[in-house]
Amino acid sequence: MSEQPAIVKRQLPATPMARQIIERGTLREQAARMPFAAKVIGAIFGIGFLIANAGIAYIVVDGRLDGMWYDFRDLGYAIERLRVELRTVDGTIGGQELGAILAYWVPALIGGIGILSFLGGFLLIGSWIERRLLARFQIRTGPNRVGPYGLLQPLADALKLMQKEVLIPAGADRMLFYLPPVLIFIPAMLAWGPIPWAENMAYLDLNVGLLYVVSITSLSVLAVWLAGWSSNNHYALLGSMRTVAMMVSYEIPISLALLSVVLVTGSLRLSAIVAWQADHYLWLALLLPFALFTFFFSSTAEINRTPNDIAEAESEIVAGFHTEYSGMKAGLFLAVELGNALLTGALVATFFLGGYTLFGLEEWIPGYLILGAKATFGYFIFIWLRATLPRFRIDQLMNFAWKYLIPLSIANVLLVAIEASIAARWDAPAIIVYGLFVIVNIALTAYAVRAWARAIGYAMDVEQPAQPIFAKTIGGLKAARSLRGEA
Amino acid sequence: MPRGPRQLDGRRVADALEQALPGIVILGTDEWVEVEPARLDEALRWLHDSEEFDAAQLSNMCGVDLHDRFTLVYHLQSLDQNHQIVVKAQVWDHEAPRLPSAYPIYRGALLQEREVYDLMGVDFEGHPDMRRLFLWDGFPGHPLRKDFMAIGSGLTSGLRRFPFEDNANPDRLINRDNTTSSESQETPRDWTGGALA
Amino acid sequence: MTTASEPYVLNIGPQHPSTHGVFRIRVVMDGEQIQDLDMIVGYLHRSMEKLAEERTYTQNIPFTDRADYLAAMSGNLGLCLAVERLADVEVPERASYLRVIFAELQRIASHAMANGTLVSDAGAWQTPLLYMFREREKILDLFEMTCGARLTTNYMRIGGVAFEPPPEFWPALRELVDELPQRIDEYAQMVQGNEIFIARTRNVGIISPEDAINGSLVGPALRGSGVPWDLRKAEPYCVYDRMDFEVPVGTIGDVYDRYMVRLEETRQSTRIIRQAMEAIPEGPHKTDIPLALRPEPGEIYGRVEGPRGETGFYLVSDGSPAPYRFHIRAPSLINLSLLREMARGAALSDAVVTLGSLDIVVGEIDR
Repeated sequence: MSEQPAIVKRQLPATPMARQIIERGTLREQAARMPFAAKVIGAIFGIGFLIANAGIAYIVVDGRLDGMWYDFRDLGYAIERLRVELRTVDGTIGGQELGAILAYWVPALIGGIGILSFLGGFLLIGSWIERRLLARFQIRTGPNRVGPYGLLQPLADALKLMQKEVLIPAGADRMLFYLPPVLIFIPAMLAWGPIPWAENMAYLDLNVGLLYVVSITSLSVLAVWLAGWSSNNHYALLGSMRTVAMMVSYEIPISLALLSVVLVTGSLRLSAIVAWQADHYLWLALLLPFALFTFFFSSTAEINRTPNDIAEAESEIVAGFHTEYSGMKAGLFLAVELGNALLTGALVATFFLGGYTLFGLEEWIPGYLILGAKATFGYFIFIWLRATLPRFRIDQLMNFAWKYLIPLSIANVLLVAIEASIAARWDAPAIIVYGLFVIVNIALTAYAVRAWARAIGYAMDVEQPAQPIFAKTIGGLKAARSLRGEA
Repeated sequence: MPRGPRQLDGRRVADALEQALPGIVILGTDEWVEVEPARLDEALRWLHDSEEFDAAQLSNMCGVDLHDRFTLVYHLQSLDQNHQIVVKAQVWDHEAPRLPSAYPIYRGALLQEREVYDLMGVDFEGHPDMRRLFLWDGFPGHPLRKDFMAIGSGLTSGLRRFPFEDNANPDRLINRDNTTSSESQETPRDWTGGALA
Repeated sequence: MTTASEPYVLNIGPQHPSTHGVFRIRVVMDGEQIQDLDMIVGYLHRSMEKLAEERTYTQNIPFTDRADYLAAMSGNLGLCLAVERLADVEVPERASYLRVIFAELQRIASHAMANGTLVSDAGAWQTPLLYMFREREKILDLFEMTCGARLTTNYMRIGGVAFEPPPEFWPALRELVDELPQRIDEYAQMVQGNEIFIARTRNVGIISPEDAINGSLVGPALRGSGVPWDLRKAEPYCVYDRMDFEVPVGTIGDVYDRYMVRLEETRQSTRIIRQAMEAIPEGPHKTDIPLALRPEPGEIYGRVEGPRGETGFYLVSDGSPAPYRFHIRAPSLINLSLLREMARGAALSDAVVTLGSLDIVVGEIDR
């Protein structure tokens, strides 16, 4: 190199970007740079947390909380005491006992408000989590301006959407245009009912809870289709047609996967499914790996997330079925997508990951926190998928559902039915039986997934397709033909 | 001497063309060969099909407005033999120039001919989709013509001589009022300087 | 009752996340399949060619920045080469080496953008794009260090380059060139091992070599179809004849091949930059030319191999400081000649991905 000075002493590298990277430093250096007051407060909180944990450990181990109404590990006790107290209220209204009415309605309202608050709170922070995490995957920062570390960003977004002008396209059907944002929120809220948060904390502990969940989530198909149809816009129509086809197709693998869960646990009630997993110290994720995979993947199709977000493929049809929606109407669609992602995380946790139990740890840590953590973990997986994978084309998606997932799901149900009947008749200790089933299931899944894919002609090994050839001489058609002849 | 490094001598191309299609060549200089405009497509097809010249690709197609006529320039490229041929066609009608389209031979002429039609007004017969490319349908006129936005007397808008600093007197700008004493604005200028007449 | 389906018109309008600029397509679709496609361009028409007829050649160099705004250095280089051939201006050797370095840096930056947006069009939510932008940011920092601008560089002059790169340029360039190969491997591994990406791009948007040549396709699109044609080897300009590099060529001519050709070209560009850095001599960085250069009356068609293909400049001079005719041969516009045939019968998703693989820049299309 001719122009280099004799001694190149680089304190800081030359380009601004490299300089910024070095000046910012690693996470550890950034933490060390925090102001002293922040470090003191952090230390106080840390020590306080440890002391509180020790205190809780003491009273739990001492048995002081069991069955008391102030047992915060299971808020169902408090509600139960409340109900008992309310039933003793005297008086009649309209010919019915006031006590009975109150005992029915007040816990219902409390539970409903609780679920809605949780959902609303999650919507406030979930958007922040998603954007920061997506940014971290993409080596950038994400929102960090509005409030400390950008934590007020979702609030700012909500306020912004609320004050926007709501445009209704001229040719749109007004009534049908107003309905979908509301209509799509209803299944997103209702499906939270049967999910058990702790032993006595299932809001709607239906004995057909699983059936209820599957059917309620199918209602959102109607809302999506209505949104696209009423918009008087070809993009929206295209998006909603794709969505309807996709959602309806992926209902079947979901139902078959959950059918295998029912065959093993013997009940449609969600709290019974969780109890089975707790009793047998076995997560259904290990016993039914294929059902977990099918349920998870089909759920991404149900809630329109990557890799199955063809319905709102931003690069093709702008925003799909919610193109024409502006202001808070669009905000509701986005919020529902977020809420649905968490709902799916919670459902996966309940069916396959043991719900609110964690091999006995729920005696110490409240069950709802465990379930919240698992649901958030599911949400994290969704974000990870979104950051990494491109999306499928619609015909590839439908192909995958009908030709691949459904036959394998039926085979899975057959296998699980055989195993369930064996378990019912075999007298061996549970660990032998289920341990054997775990091994068999995992092995068969690993084999069948590849074998079936090969059987229907999917390209199996992901070795790279043909690498480009390096041409020695340039030329035109003749050179191209000779290269191809050689290659 | 052709200026492009792999450009063929136009006279050689002219000789070969004249032999194959008599009467088609008007002029052959060292850089280009000029052909009869009405038989332009025959010349291009012959050059495309010939073994010796193998003009497989149309590199570029452009129009030049020379005040009383249009010149269409075609740069043809042979990829296998790595040489370039320049073919020109002059259309002497300035109001409604017409030329046969090169689309049947080179599909790459699809958009380039639309551009020439849009900006200069040359109509190509045989083009499947002759409409404007950049400007809208009702646009009045063809902008790249020299008489579009003409002020008259051969004047043009824009800087005649641009002002620049005088290093001896840093506060002074030479030619600040954008004229020079030697140039008068009465006589019309022949912008081609006689070179392209 | 029989069911019938009716084709409808979808307008992928000037504002759209994936048309790479203000570019409008009207598709007539039957369900998900495209029956016909019509392009409407001209939303960015700025009458560059007309304006250029009233400015000197040096004043026209910034026009080339804005024509292909993602490959400003190549556009500048093309115009300067054409004028130098027309006016017989000597270029010092150091200037030629600097030109090669900057043109190849621009190629890497432009291909990072092109490949990144292609993968985003396939749906990957900009993650690979932002990874490729790391290197593009460093390259743009180098540009800013040298000539003050990141995008519209206006760096080449008739007779050389405008400025001598500052002393901190060379260590930064050395660092970049040293870490580029493993970064390119990282991008390759991130995207190519992905089955979804392969499913979206393999056997999609195939162009045969005969169609490509006849349709005046140039650049990575032509090379993706298997035709080994590169102007840097065919008509070597600057000091490319002294550089040792290879021309990657695809096999089938689908979207995946064009992506691979661009990726390999970034590797070859790294090689060229390294060789140029080793061999660059001392000397002036441009020759002095008159402020209002008056070339001899005549014409020239000068071209360079830009990231999108053959960027050509057809200049007609009448002896005055301003060109009589100034025409930019825009590869993006001419590469679109085949879009209609390619899109007929394809699904909408495939058409979007094919358009992304042709790598158009609307500034160049409309000028």
